[in-house]
Amino acid sequence: MVDAAAAHTSVARLMSSISADTACGQHQLASESLGSKICRKLDHQFDTVFGAAANPWRHLGALGFLFLWIVVVSGIYVYIMFDTSVAGAYESIESLSREQPLFGGLLRSLHRYASDAFLIVTLLHLAREFLLGRYRGFRAFSWLTGVPLLWLTYAAGIGGFWLVWDQLGQFSANATAELLDAIPLFATPLTRNFLTASAVSDRMFSLFVFVHIGVPLLLLFGLWFHIQRISQADVFPARALSAGSLAALLVLSLVLPVTGQGTADMAQLPAALTFDWWYLAVHPLMYATSATTVWVLVFAITALLLALPVLPTMSRKPAQVAEPVAEVAIVSPDNCSGCRRCLDDCPYAAISMIPHPNKKIGRELAVVNADFCAACGICAGSCPSSSPFRHNETLVTGIDMPQLPVDSIRRWLDEVLADETKHGEKIIVIGCDHAVDVSAIATTEIIPLSLICTGMLPPAFVEYAIRRGAAGVLLTGCRSGGCAFRQGNQWTEDRIAGRREPHLRSNVDPSRVNIVWADRGDEAKLQIAISQFKYSLLEVSHEPSH
Amino acid sequence: MNQATRIFAQALLYAAFAAVVGYFATAPVYRHLPADQALIKLSFSHSGKLLAECRQRSAEELAKMPPNMRAPMDCRRERSPVAVEIDLDGQPLFRHIAPPSGLSKDGASTVYQRFTLPAGTHQLAVRFSDDVNKKDFGYQRAETVTLAPGKVLVIDFDAEKGGITLI
Repeated sequence: MVDAAAAHTSVARLMSSISADTACGQHQLASESLGSKICRKLDHQFDTVFGAAANPWRHLGALGFLFLWIVVVSGIYVYIMFDTSVAGAYESIESLSREQPLFGGLLRSLHRYASDAFLIVTLLHLAREFLLGRYRGFRAFSWLTGVPLLWLTYAAGIGGFWLVWDQLGQFSANATAELLDAIPLFATPLTRNFLTASAVSDRMFSLFVFVHIGVPLLLLFGLWFHIQRISQADVFPARALSAGSLAALLVLSLVLPVTGQGTADMAQLPAALTFDWWYLAVHPLMYATSATTVWVLVFAITALLLALPVLPTMSRKPAQVAEPVAEVAIVSPDNCSGCRRCLDDCPYAAISMIPHPNKKIGRELAVVNADFCAACGICAGSCPSSSPFRHNETLVTGIDMPQLPVDSIRRWLDEVLADETKHGEKIIVIGCDHAVDVSAIATTEIIPLSLICTGMLPPAFVEYAIRRGAAGVLLTGCRSGGCAFRQGNQWTEDRIAGRREPHLRSNVDPSRVNIVWADRGDEAKLQIAISQFKYSLLEVSHEPSH
Repeated sequence: MNQATRIFAQALLYAAFAAVVGYFATAPVYRHLPADQALIKLSFSHSGKLLAECRQRSAEELAKMPPNMRAPMDCRRERSPVAVEIDLDGQPLFRHIAPPSGLSKDGASTVYQRFTLPAGTHQLAVRFSDDVNKKDFGYQRAETVTLAPGKVLVIDFDAEKGGITLI
């Protein structure tokens, strides 16, 4: 529960950082790792071309879902046409390419290339989350549930090559059997199933089908787990990105259609194979080294990925300087009306509702799961009790951040806007700790405050600042699609535009509110936006009133 | 960046993505064996002979046993390891003794081994023993084999087909 003492302590810290003319939050900007810088620069380059909403780097997970659905849909048709037998498999698939080049053949190629694309974006997604350091704390669940999906992806993909039962499928099935035989699991080596033509049976193809359909089903189930702790997960890329990606694969399928490589012949090794290195690189690696080497490598990589959330960080700070522990959101039962807005807005499904202990029938109380909580404060911004117009001396809201209570923000506004002689001159700039550094733009007229996330600002504070004498309020934060807490900037935009509760009241002059999303590196953009805002506010103030 | 330039740049990047996907989905070509090589696969899964003959239990022994376990014959389950030797062109290529599988050593002995060799004609000699109590190899086969490039020759063991098979 937020008590008055805690709020006072926090505001004291906040106030201690306010100099005569400038101010920024008492908390420091989140430090940016080298990996984050790399991702940010790449994002910005691609934003220029695609726009944030359709930037593939920002939506790798969603792209993975798109490619998976393409694989599923195209795979259903290929499977309908597939003959599950040794004698018929190759011909049934080849006839697709031969007799229906613009439909069945196209779907066959699309099935393969979408599978490759799925693997590529999955690996890029993993690399990006690693570079951004998103594998610890409240994100550890998503990370840990993602690692086994790599195994399933490879298993499903490699199994698909066997079904065609061409020379590549024969080679892959045999190499996989040799790899599995290196683990003493089976009394009879699996390789004996591929020794001669007579050893390969139709029942073996039933097993292949089971692997190629059963494992992707497990993958889908695993993906459901993977996004369990993410509210409104980004599983559908923007229309432009979807269309562009699908078009790219369609063109590739038309230009470079997938064809079989001659029916399997167990008595003969193919001289040269057109090889899918995305999935099958493990086979040449095994023949260049050994099956044991491959297993050691695979298990070592898996173990490392699973251990990452608990491994010590490579911090440059002296050992005695401990990492600050983010304080999670806390609920004040007396001020929680059970409206569920925090439940709707929490980006990490950290909030659940329980019957309110006050026994009033139907009333609920928000409860925060500390393990899931990202400490972003978006819930505080969504709480209707976070209104600065309430008359309490200490503003205690339904759900709040102990390290930066909404009461401290109100006190800060009261302080910086106290001088009535300067009413109509000051612009309040609210930013966030993960985006452009707003403290750098402070002047006597530009008064910045950095929050944990811009989404933690209740929109009523915008109206409060203007009523208290601010000329205008400019909100900034991570670029669209790049919020460090996923949805902070989107919810802010929606609340200010009146599309989401709690919304900014319509009596606020919209010309006095501005939103400019700016990442680190966008300092010039922010400066220009502030100058333009300042100029437009001057124009507004000189307009004759009607 | 104006709209036309953006669309052009997007098309270029989508094409680059498709090119990367397509290239590594088909290239570079993989050659598992050099063009002039062939492959011999030795593979068998065979249960060696029982190490000891079954023995008739005496009446005294049976009387000491619980009534439900009074089997008249006492048969040890442990099987002989299987020894295999391969000579190629008169030179030893492979020597191996495969132990029986299973905790009680009563399962099949298995071997899987690959040998690459230059394509052409070779003298192949295979010896196989599934009874450790016999001094000599119980099964032997010597053949002149001609292996074309890429040919896979399988050496297996099938007692019903006379022992060592070359497929």
